[in-house]
Amino acid sequence: MNIFKKLTLGIATALSISMMPMLAAAETELTMYYPVAVGGPLTKTVDKMVENFMAENPDIKVNAIYAGNYNDARIKALAALESGQPAQLSVMFSIDIYELIELDAIVPFDDVVSTDEERAWLDSFYPSLMENGVTAEKTWGIPFQRSTIVMYYNKDAFRAAGLDPESPPATWDELVDAGKKLTKDDGSQWGLMIPSTGYPYWMFGALAMQNNETLMNGAGDTTYYDKPGVVEALSFWKDLGSTHKVMPEGTIEWGTLRQNFLEGQTAIMWHSTGNLTTVKNKATFDFGVAMLPAGKRRGTPTGGGNFYIFKDTTDEERAASLKLIKYMTSPESSAGWSVATGYMGISPSSYETDTLKSYIAEFPPAAVARDQLEFATAELSTYQAGRVRKALDDALQAALVGSKTPEEALSEAQATADRVLKAYR
Amino acid sequence: MKVKSQNVQGWLLFAPAAILLIAFTHYPTIATFINSLFTNSSVIRPSRFSGFESYQNLASDPVFWKVLVNNTWLALGTIPTSIALAIIMALIVNKAIPGRGFLRMAYFTPTMLPMIAVANIWLFFYAPEIGLLDKFLEIFGVESHNWLGDPATVLPSIIVMTIWKEAGFFMIFYLAGLQTISPELEEAAKLEGSSRWNYFWRIQFPLLLPTTLFVFINAFLNSFKLVDHLFVLTKGGPDNASNLILYYIYETAFSFLDISYASALTVVLLIALALAALGQFFFIDKRVHYR
Repeated sequence: MNIFKKLTLGIATALSISMMPMLAAAETELTMYYPVAVGGPLTKTVDKMVENFMAENPDIKVNAIYAGNYNDARIKALAALESGQPAQLSVMFSIDIYELIELDAIVPFDDVVSTDEERAWLDSFYPSLMENGVTAEKTWGIPFQRSTIVMYYNKDAFRAAGLDPESPPATWDELVDAGKKLTKDDGSQWGLMIPSTGYPYWMFGALAMQNNETLMNGAGDTTYYDKPGVVEALSFWKDLGSTHKVMPEGTIEWGTLRQNFLEGQTAIMWHSTGNLTTVKNKATFDFGVAMLPAGKRRGTPTGGGNFYIFKDTTDEERAASLKLIKYMTSPESSAGWSVATGYMGISPSSYETDTLKSYIAEFPPAAVARDQLEFATAELSTYQAGRVRKALDDALQAALVGSKTPEEALSEAQATADRVLKAYR
Repeated sequence: MKVKSQNVQGWLLFAPAAILLIAFTHYPTIATFINSLFTNSSVIRPSRFSGFESYQNLASDPVFWKVLVNNTWLALGTIPTSIALAIIMALIVNKAIPGRGFLRMAYFTPTMLPMIAVANIWLFFYAPEIGLLDKFLEIFGVESHNWLGDPATVLPSIIVMTIWKEAGFFMIFYLAGLQTISPELEEAAKLEGSSRWNYFWRIQFPLLLPTTLFVFINAFLNSFKLVDHLFVLTKGGPDNASNLILYYIYETAFSFLDISYASALTVVLLIALALAALGQFFFIDKRVHYR
């Protein structure tokens, strides 16, 4: 037997061994990437949900792969697709939608659902959570780990400053007044902190909406950074630090803000609901959670991750992916996920489950995010999202540190965004 | 025939290194350059040849100039100081003092920590009000400062952290260098009544020059390639005040998905580093005394 024959035989044997499991079980195998953006052992929660799904559906095998933060998850999923690795579905940032469409990477759910029951399922979520998942009259993303911005406040500090801990500031004016009372002259306690690193555009989305403005249109090809109302919103943000002196000047770090709040350095913070469970477990004082205050109206952007199904998939894989997504977003799963993390239930029916009902009865702040949905809008999301977002982030930071005026900074950002987006109109 | 088989043998010996170099260095470099000449491809707009358009965009991109200036300040801020500190630390732990092993380990610890962990620690050092630095300065009545949130202090803050991280690593090389210097030289210097400083400046430092060159090249390269901490500390902010070129390339490629522009940035960085390396080898190398 010469060496070539041996080699061929060896390869043939190896191939047939590797093919065996595929022939043995006629199961559908799914690979799913998912991100975790806030701290805590959330990967275990996701793995547990996937395990339960597989126990109920023995013909489907799911490889759930934790892929870092939102940015990493997108990079890994796209790199896997590029290199021909199988990936059928993924949880990714809800605002990645336009880029995924442009890359021709995802299919709309309208093409995947077949029965009336499934079409009704598409309508079972909170409409404001669907805003970031729908464009060109098609649904591309299904909400999963979703959040809004809420106001955490220190009730003990409110009492000490002679404020009513049960009526947190509900308007911008009240916010400034309360902030002035809460800020101590020796600098040991600030009235308010709004983070301006990490995701400044997200916080600003809230301020702009409270001033009755949105940052972009629904087609994702135009931004409104330099509208007078938007500039006004940024001026207000800056004034909190420079004029009213209720917030430190300069930028405020996203990553350490929770610690600032827990150590009593600030009496109020604006942060993601995704922090709720951690704050609840770690706060040594009496704290409250409230909706963001109103300028001309109340407002917050939604945030977080959606499910997407990739285009390069067979019909069986799409059907299996849909089954998995329906399981993960079912009222029961969503309720359990919400309790474990602080992320919100994504459908009205998830708040009808016993799990969430009893949790809210025992811990009312968990309902704030839901109640605020009525005033929520889409998170900033456009074509070329990374660059358009960075233009705004840089402008916000430049205005907050005082190197540019809000008008200057925002009109420059608008010029950048116009240049990038022109090709898409 | 003999010559031919020798040729084959030669090529075979060369092959492993060649394959690795070509696959991981030369091919990516060429591919990057080619990418920089084409626009990005998407369903809406297929890729087309754009020549040097990306490079022209570079020239008019204020962020690009900003990160270049930042990188220059970072290099100027970190290299001399960390080399000087490394020499001082090496001289201290080269002497027979009690607790020498412990001290060596203490100096070397920052090097062993991953940069991401270091950045997480320093994030809390620099945090206004609750940070170690502010708590310490409070004792002297210095007011709290937002170190990473102020464009004027963010880059110096990062420079200090980088020095802390790197000096211990360079100390190891100087320590090795010091131990190759024959003790007879020190005895001779003492007999001649030479001062401690004179001995260092006239004998130790010149003999350490090869080490210094090596450390200098490393420090120079690190000032361009160490960006891990930016992911944790500032993400290049506020308003690009701490953004560095490699982080900007990462952002362009993976956050903006603009492969063409990221390739152009990479080519510029490669050319700059190649020029710097050539300069070091041809000009500085001649002045260094090797035994």
